[in-house]
Amino acid sequence: MSGVTDPRLVRKAPSRPLRISWADERFRNIIYQALVVGAVLAVLYWLWSNTRYNLEVRRIATGWDFLWREAGLPIGESLIEYDPSMSYFRALQVGVLNTLKVAVIGIVLATILGTLLGVARLSKNWMLNKFAAAYVEIVRDLPLLLQLLFWYALLQGLPGPRQAFNPIEGVFLSNRGLKVPFFVWESAHSWALLAFVAGIAATYFYRRWARAKQYQDGEIRAIWPAGLAFMIGAPLAVWAAMGAPFTPDIPALRGFNFRGGIDISPEFFALLLGLTLYTAGFIAEIVRAGIQAVNQGQWEAAEALGLPRGRVMNLIVLPQAMRVIIPPMTSQFLNITKNSSLAVAIGYQDIVSIANTTLNQTGQAIEGIAIIMLVYLTISLSISLFMNWYNKRIALVER
Amino acid sequence: MSDITANTTLHSSAAARRAPISLVGPMAWMKTNLFANWWSTAITLALGYLFIRTGVSFIDWAFVNAIWTVPVSPAGIANTEACREAKGVGACWAVIHEKHRFILFGTYPYDEHWRPLVVCFLFIGLYIVSAMRRFWRWELALIWAAVLTVIGVLMWGGVLGMTYVPQERWGGLPITLILATFGLAFAFPVAILVALGRRSNLPAIKALCVLYVELIRGVPLISLLFMASVMFPLFLPEGMNIDKLLRAQVAIILFAGAYLAEVVRAGLQALPKGQYEAADALGLSYWKKTCFIILPQALRLVIPPLVNTFIGFFKDTSLVLIIGIFDLLTAGKTAIIEPAWQGFGVEVYITLGLIYFLFCYAMSKYSAGLETELNKGRRR
Amino acid sequence: MSAAETLASSVRADAPPAISLKGVNKWFGALHVLRDVNLNVALGERVVVCGPSGSGKSTLIRCINRLEEHQEGQIIVDGIELSNDLRSLDAIRREVGMVFQSFNLFPHLTILENCTLAPIWVRKMPKKEADELAMEYLTRVRIPEQASKYPGQLSGGQQQRVAIARALCMKPKIMLFDEPTSALDPEMIKEVLDTMVMLAETGMTMICVTHEMGFARTVADRVIFMDRGEIVESGEPQSLFSNPQTERLQTFLSQILRGH
Repeated sequence: MSGVTDPRLVRKAPSRPLRISWADERFRNIIYQALVVGAVLAVLYWLWSNTRYNLEVRRIATGWDFLWREAGLPIGESLIEYDPSMSYFRALQVGVLNTLKVAVIGIVLATILGTLLGVARLSKNWMLNKFAAAYVEIVRDLPLLLQLLFWYALLQGLPGPRQAFNPIEGVFLSNRGLKVPFFVWESAHSWALLAFVAGIAATYFYRRWARAKQYQDGEIRAIWPAGLAFMIGAPLAVWAAMGAPFTPDIPALRGFNFRGGIDISPEFFALLLGLTLYTAGFIAEIVRAGIQAVNQGQWEAAEALGLPRGRVMNLIVLPQAMRVIIPPMTSQFLNITKNSSLAVAIGYQDIVSIANTTLNQTGQAIEGIAIIMLVYLTISLSISLFMNWYNKRIALVER
Repeated sequence: MSDITANTTLHSSAAARRAPISLVGPMAWMKTNLFANWWSTAITLALGYLFIRTGVSFIDWAFVNAIWTVPVSPAGIANTEACREAKGVGACWAVIHEKHRFILFGTYPYDEHWRPLVVCFLFIGLYIVSAMRRFWRWELALIWAAVLTVIGVLMWGGVLGMTYVPQERWGGLPITLILATFGLAFAFPVAILVALGRRSNLPAIKALCVLYVELIRGVPLISLLFMASVMFPLFLPEGMNIDKLLRAQVAIILFAGAYLAEVVRAGLQALPKGQYEAADALGLSYWKKTCFIILPQALRLVIPPLVNTFIGFFKDTSLVLIIGIFDLLTAGKTAIIEPAWQGFGVEVYITLGLIYFLFCYAMSKYSAGLETELNKGRRR
Repeated sequence: MSAAETLASSVRADAPPAISLKGVNKWFGALHVLRDVNLNVALGERVVVCGPSGSGKSTLIRCINRLEEHQEGQIIVDGIELSNDLRSLDAIRREVGMVFQSFNLFPHLTILENCTLAPIWVRKMPKKEADELAMEYLTRVRIPEQASKYPGQLSGGQQQRVAIARALCMKPKIMLFDEPTSALDPEMIKEVLDTMVMLAETGMTMICVTHEMGFARTVADRVIFMDRGEIVESGEPQSLFSNPQTERLQTFLSQILRGH
């Protein structure tokens, strides 16, 4: 068929010139759009000129210079070095990190809890099923702010450090927060952590190699022994090789409070607890819907072929369920991040709380709120982009 | 078998027998649902033990050892000794007994409490009427307009012999209901316009709508509320003042509009293309087509997600606590600031939780029931 | 070859039956859906099960590979008794292939992967061997060119033929068909029935639940009529269709054959 083109590709469509006439639909559309855009711009201009006038009259400063001024802002907990003599910019950085800290940990915990609950909702055991259903219904029908205030009030109602709850050796729960024992971090531990991360990568590559070998000779190799060796055995070996240092750091009561161990403030604890329990309820429903979306026929066909239940789950059901689960799941991750802004109501200093204090102290409301919105918009746009990319990649191919 | 040449028939039909006892009845139900295998039995026993233990301690705390009232001096100071002694052992429901009027109605004048009470019932009535399918016509908008006006008149007063009550004195449950309902009422038309705009093929309009929706959905409601409370006054010309409640209401409307727009857009997309084409073939203009053919069907398709979104807003109104507006949650939190009642937050929040739960659970069950009903009708 | 000749050539009179059901009873809750079913199917025999809806015919064949559990009675497949023992269950399912009314192809895998999945993971075949096996069967059902496409890109008739090839790749001794053409558009029914006829000519033991009486006449050694959970009549297709003995079968035939 060389040399003969499809006759449908030979001529191009003629372009229609635009007639400046009300009868031409394209012309009308352009006018409509111009009018709407014009109206929006007019309103924006009116708002902007009012703002300029008001800012002048009330002698409110504008501009971003305030960022480099000394903050004088005490911050209770911070992931990086901070003291009140540093700039507002630094304080805001602390705020962003605090937000990310509670968001990331919240996402991990909520996903684990939510997945367990979602699977429980599908259980044949009536008690487990109804318990999970009741949990989800209660958590979804109460405002998040109410739940946060409730947990915070509960924590504050706990006795003081001197009468703290001591459920296990070294763990203390009081109205000053949760104290957990830890150990002194030394270089051996950093190396062990590195070995763990390397172990994850190693397990992944081993799995790929095992699959390729299986295609060659048909033998099915178990992954978990190697995974155990890489992810647990190797770090332990590294730690032992470097002298196996382990100095426990147990909280002990000194004076009015505890020293040592890891300190989890009641604000952080209440926020994390509230966010996790709340979002887990939504994730549970997403997981349940995802697994149920894979219709029963897929199970039956796979079992009829002789595949054992574990393989059916791994090879047939989960890949299809993931397609239904991941999009709303990322939406929930975004929600946790946005909901962490409620921290301001219970005194945890996230970006909203610090930006709010900043704008109160400097009077520069517009810049302050702009910073808040910018931070969250960046996070949501990144998540949206990731989601779009992921969806395109895994979309089922259809006619 | 292989040498059968004639048909074989059964000579006596076996009568259908009752299923063996191990298959039906309560014993069978328990066996399949609670004790199917050892794993299931373990879970049943563990959960059962947990329920009973927590249940008993909760009943002890909430009922058996609870303090229901405390003596109040003539000057209005409550003597909460009894409650403090019982802390941790028994609930202090006395805080509700003393403060329930404040929690429900805020600082509204005591003698006029019947007015916000009627308002609350009007709202509930409005929700119930909107939920009934008989009323799903355009006339429903008129009913909403009428009821909302009556509510406004009752709250403000100043006419028909009712004393005028300024907005600063309003508080509690009516504020929550006002923010949620007016929010929905005004956000709905905005949402429809934005959803239509997003699907339009005029690029400028589509871009504006996309910008609006993505901006609003990317930021937390708190930032919009802050914007309302702090920035809106800067946007307005000198002399024009909008009070705080109205500013918060506008922020909620903008917020709700974006989320509702996405739900409506899903409905517009779900409607089969044939409907649009049939309407065009009949020669209907864009607006006639949209109002008479497209929207009624598209909206019906997405009523369950719409109700779910409304449940979300209803809960989100509680965020106005952070900008100092006196809704139900704020009233609850303020009730325990008084030294006498400090520290009894748990009891107050449980009560507030019950109120919110009643509203949201009812709406949630309604939405679920509606979905099943609509699906039944749709199956071919 | 006529049905009787094929059967005679592939079956010895004294061989144990491929499938044996004795006194099988099943309840769904309080509903007695299979009532004292007794059935023996010889190796190489082709059986068609017909009956009105709700008669239990689908339930019957789903009990054979334990997609449904029977409460009373005995089912022996390929010499192994069906019970809750997982290992014997796996052994049975390897030898029994099933084709479903709604195809149930795996949408996230290609046609080739659909067919090679079970040989690789259950029979532990190397991939190359599995691919060749799959292409052989795809050629036999006459759609080898679709091997790298996805189920969503195929028509209903093509999907069902893939489903047949997928089941055959496990080289089962027995094939079960649960209304394989009921979900197909009329113009695609023929291609699937032709495939099933071709399969029957290779001497495969088949139990087929279907309404397609033409297929029954061409291929079946025996037709079984079920109603309300019990086997009412059974016999050669010719005599069953032209000489129904019971009133129930007469009513059923008059309803089915009205359209023919």
